[in-house]
Amino acid sequence: MSNDPINDPIKKKFLFVHRKAPYGSFQGREFIDAGLMAAAFEQELSMLFMDDGLFILLDQQQPAAIQSKDFSEPVKKFSSYGIDKVFVDAVSMKERGLDTGDFVIDVNILDTNTLSELMDDQDIILSS
Amino acid sequence: MIFSLSVTEAPYSHQASNSAYHFASAALDKGHGIYRVFFSGNGVLNGSDLCCPPKGEVNIISLWSELADKHDFELVICVAGALRRGILDADEAARQGKSASNLAKGFTISGLGQLIEAGIVSDRLINFG
Repeated sequence: MSNDPINDPIKKKFLFVHRKAPYGSFQGREFIDAGLMAAAFEQELSMLFMDDGLFILLDQQQPAAIQSKDFSEPVKKFSSYGIDKVFVDAVSMKERGLDTGDFVIDVNILDTNTLSELMDDQDIILSS
Repeated sequence: MIFSLSVTEAPYSHQASNSAYHFASAALDKGHGIYRVFFSGNGVLNGSDLCCPPKGEVNIISLWSELADKHDFELVICVAGALRRGILDADEAARQGKSASNLAKGFTISGLGQLIEAGIVSDRLINFG
């Protein structure tokens, strides 16, 4: 596939699906960094948080006690990177007793059907 | 069709790298192309030249090196994950003041942008992990 980035840039729809809880493993953090990197390539970018990945969004994280960086810090940078499509799976949220007021940023809540449509609409889906 | 693959789990603790390898081999056998395999997270450990599996066990690192050499595709290790986990090429070892480097033949160390770019220019990007 030819790619002339100036005259004819290829723009694809990327969806990053964050599913891993913070701190127990490091992979979720590196995955968020990958998402921020994608923003630099000016692709159509969406972020979806589901399963234990929702815990990344929680406000009032205190990782200093375990010498870790705050997983929610890169999330707070989403808007400055032009990432405004941030979605949360309604089922995962209900299962964990979470509310949008618990999160560090504004999110769009998706039911299962809408979530399927979002995935169906993508060129590339990456999952942690 | 042009494929790129992403591997996010370590060898000898997860099947991801082996599955990706079998996928790549099968795709190439069918006449498809592989543009790049990107290793990130624990997947960077697939680039260690120091893995010594016992006789009778497959050496997945060597298999990747040979397949990439034969079919001329890229094996790229994520630099952020590599430095954290001790996978260094000679340049990085010198830069970090380390006594040795250990990047396996055929692998290169580069940034996460290589994963995104692979997704943009390939027909399919498939994640194994």
